[in-house]
Amino acid sequence: MATAAGVADPGAVPSVRAEPRPASRGRRALRWVLVLAAIVVIWEGLKFLGGTPWRAPLAVAGSGSPVLWNPPFRWPFVNDLNLPHVWNILLTFGQPFQRGADQTVGQYLLGAALYTWREAVLGFILGSVIGLVLATIFVHARILERALVPYVVASQTIPIIALAPMITYAFGGNIASVVVIATYLTFFPVTIAMIRGLRSLDPRALELTRSYAASRWQVYRKLRLPASLPYLFTALKIAATASIVGAIVGESPGGIAEGLGRVILTFNQYYITGPEKLWAAIIASGLLGVAFYLIVRGIEVAVLRGRPGAADG
Amino acid sequence: MTQAPPTEPVVRLANVGKTFSRGDQVVTTALEAIDLDIARGEFISLIGPSGCGKSTLLRIVGDLIEPSSGDVTVNGKPARRARMDRDYGMVFQAPVLFDWRTVEDNVKLPLEILGKDAATRDRRAKEMLELVELGDFLKHHPYQLSGGMQQRVAIARALAFEPSILLMDEPFGALDEMTRERMNGEVLRIWEQTGTTILFVTHSIPEAVFLSSRVVVMSARPGRITKVVDVDLPRPRNEDTRESRRYFELVTEVREALRRGGGLDDAAELEAAASEERTIAEGAVG
Amino acid sequence: MSAGAGSLATSRPLRPGGTGRARAVRRSAGDYLPPIAVFVLAVVVFEYVLGALGIRSFLIPKPSQIIGALQDNWSSGRFSLFPAAIATLQEALLGLLIGTAAGVLVAFATARWASARSFLLPVAVAANAVPIIAFAPLLNNWFGLLNPVSKALMAAVLVFFPVMANVTRGLVQVEPAALELMRSYAASEWTIVRKVRVPNALPYFFTALKVVTTFSLIGAIVAEYFGGSNTSLGRRIVESASAFKYEITWGAIALAAVTGIVFYLVVVAIERLVIPWAAALRGDS
Repeated sequence: MATAAGVADPGAVPSVRAEPRPASRGRRALRWVLVLAAIVVIWEGLKFLGGTPWRAPLAVAGSGSPVLWNPPFRWPFVNDLNLPHVWNILLTFGQPFQRGADQTVGQYLLGAALYTWREAVLGFILGSVIGLVLATIFVHARILERALVPYVVASQTIPIIALAPMITYAFGGNIASVVVIATYLTFFPVTIAMIRGLRSLDPRALELTRSYAASRWQVYRKLRLPASLPYLFTALKIAATASIVGAIVGESPGGIAEGLGRVILTFNQYYITGPEKLWAAIIASGLLGVAFYLIVRGIEVAVLRGRPGAADG
Repeated sequence: MTQAPPTEPVVRLANVGKTFSRGDQVVTTALEAIDLDIARGEFISLIGPSGCGKSTLLRIVGDLIEPSSGDVTVNGKPARRARMDRDYGMVFQAPVLFDWRTVEDNVKLPLEILGKDAATRDRRAKEMLELVELGDFLKHHPYQLSGGMQQRVAIARALAFEPSILLMDEPFGALDEMTRERMNGEVLRIWEQTGTTILFVTHSIPEAVFLSSRVVVMSARPGRITKVVDVDLPRPRNEDTRESRRYFELVTEVREALRRGGGLDDAAELEAAASEERTIAEGAVG
Repeated sequence: MSAGAGSLATSRPLRPGGTGRARAVRRSAGDYLPPIAVFVLAVVVFEYVLGALGIRSFLIPKPSQIIGALQDNWSSGRFSLFPAAIATLQEALLGLLIGTAAGVLVAFATARWASARSFLLPVAVAANAVPIIAFAPLLNNWFGLLNPVSKALMAAVLVFFPVMANVTRGLVQVEPAALELMRSYAASEWTIVRKVRVPNALPYFFTALKVVTTFSLIGAIVAEYFGGSNTSLGRRIVESASAFKYEITWGAIALAAVTGIVFYLVVVAIERLVIPWAAALRGDS
């Protein structure tokens, strides 16, 4: 069994996971395509069997456009309002986001997503720095750790995100409030993970450095930090999503007009006339989350090149 | 649990070989042309350098890995039949006890799987734990015991359903020398009391000579039998045996046979160790 | 000589009172003192020191004000908190039940069929990266804005993925040696599941459970932000905040926090009952 410092235990029985070897990049991409295809097939399949009559793409309801397919059953849940056709959703990206506007839904969503992302990233970076500093302090000053870590942990059982509307109102609904929320959501996982990571050293490795009379700072820089990186990245991947969620939730109640949170609420208001737009906004949020996650993952791969990384959470 | 007629060997290996291939290409030849007969009640040690395939051979006897060639007959039956009939018990290098069960319940595990009734399970578990001298620890949990004690529980469990053969894969490899010597004495005592046939894999020469009726020395990969050393030390064996002249002669004989079987250089040793891991892994999964 | 991901016994010398990790479970008073000291300090500072220094904290009212707001608005008034807490708790519990049941069922399927695993695993990983909360308005539209089911389902979705991922891992990541052992007994696949995989998975299940109790509460509350019945903690928080009555907002949040903590402790207690051996082995808090 390998310890965190990478030193193999000579007495251990070779530990082999009874799992198939991880698939190659191509196979994983293929798996994704299959998953998405399966979802689309099930979706449209349900509408094929029990939805409202099929018309031409983007046909306005009640406009008298010809019926292309009449499903044999009628299941009230599977109507066009709840489950719009997949192609309608995709085509909506190219439609003007408001009557008479010159921006398409796609462009509008892209702008909103980038806005949200900037808020989230600021909070993410701030939260990571705070988390790193806190963890470093805690690791080196036990009494502080014992005093404060229970609160750090307890904060996880408190619905943090419950603070979001309050913070937004209090800060007057500007970008600072969202950044604060994202920071808060980031610093917790980073702190906890870094405490574990900085401590994850094999005590034997520590003994070795003491025999070289290395200073605490040297031990920190050369041993603890590198050892903690896998843990840090696990936390960063969680924090990436958390900061996006925090940003979206923080935007919604307040007056931030340009972010995805606001857009979701707006498209929600006009749901009856065009559910596809809400779906488009949801897809945009999902893509934003995945994109941020992949960026962090890419940095992780680059930094941890050749090292066994922490397992994907 | 059927028994072969007394004149037949309990285990017969005829021209057994094992190769690992990827597709059509042979990647590793782990074992080659293994011929071995084990008589009832014998204590046989398998010894050889890392990667020589001794653990693989043990698992072939136990039908946990399929041989690529040759025949394995156990108790007059093919190995698979013997496993289905639960003819043998196994002890690994790691105790492989379950933390969620008490010591007593761990020993009862095979009996549950065999469908024995509660009274039988109780009785056998207590008997076996008395045999390994852990009668006071029935209600303990494995993580509360030392490594040596855990291995004794593993041995008790392996003997719970009275198998005719016990397969042991370096069971004391993780223990320190003194505990190991003590455990050697324990195993011999248990062996004499139960009369089980034992196939014992080790890479400790003193251990092999001390315990066995015969020592099977294997060569480096591809594993072949270099020599079978008859150990004519008198029984019962004890600490005095370890200091007798005949003992040292036999240890030397085994050592020389090992050296003849193939010195290893670093690269070969790495490769051998890695392939032994792969072997066990693929055998375990497949 | 360490054990694998499952709970197979490790070699450790016998020490009175159990292993070193077991000792950590029995915490001494000295461990509790620092955090309690901090709490008392924080209350004192907010209650007296800030007021005495003339700092009016608009955002964070004095603890006594918060407690007062809780008392005043407990079961009456425009922002009555207790009925709201009950409603939200019910949504969270329902979501927890649905999400956990679905998660465990799917985990068994995933563990059994490798094809299902390769299909569902990318979905589970993506679910980690997607802001699922964006689906809240959709759920409101599907099931009705005022219908608690829409909030419960949001909670269920958040609960489902960690439970499924953890239970799958617990069922699958069994030490190969244990599987070899079972094969040597010629045990059937079902026997292996019953006697090895399920007990192995229990600690993983509880690890997930401890995390998702919070998720279910958060999911319910945040879903309420996007619209829902007024008698719910989420709506109370939003409305009292927009009316700048921050004592009530903090009161609601404190109520949510206490609920979350109690929820968590209940799970910890259940865990101690069901798998006492895991706590002793891990020695975690």
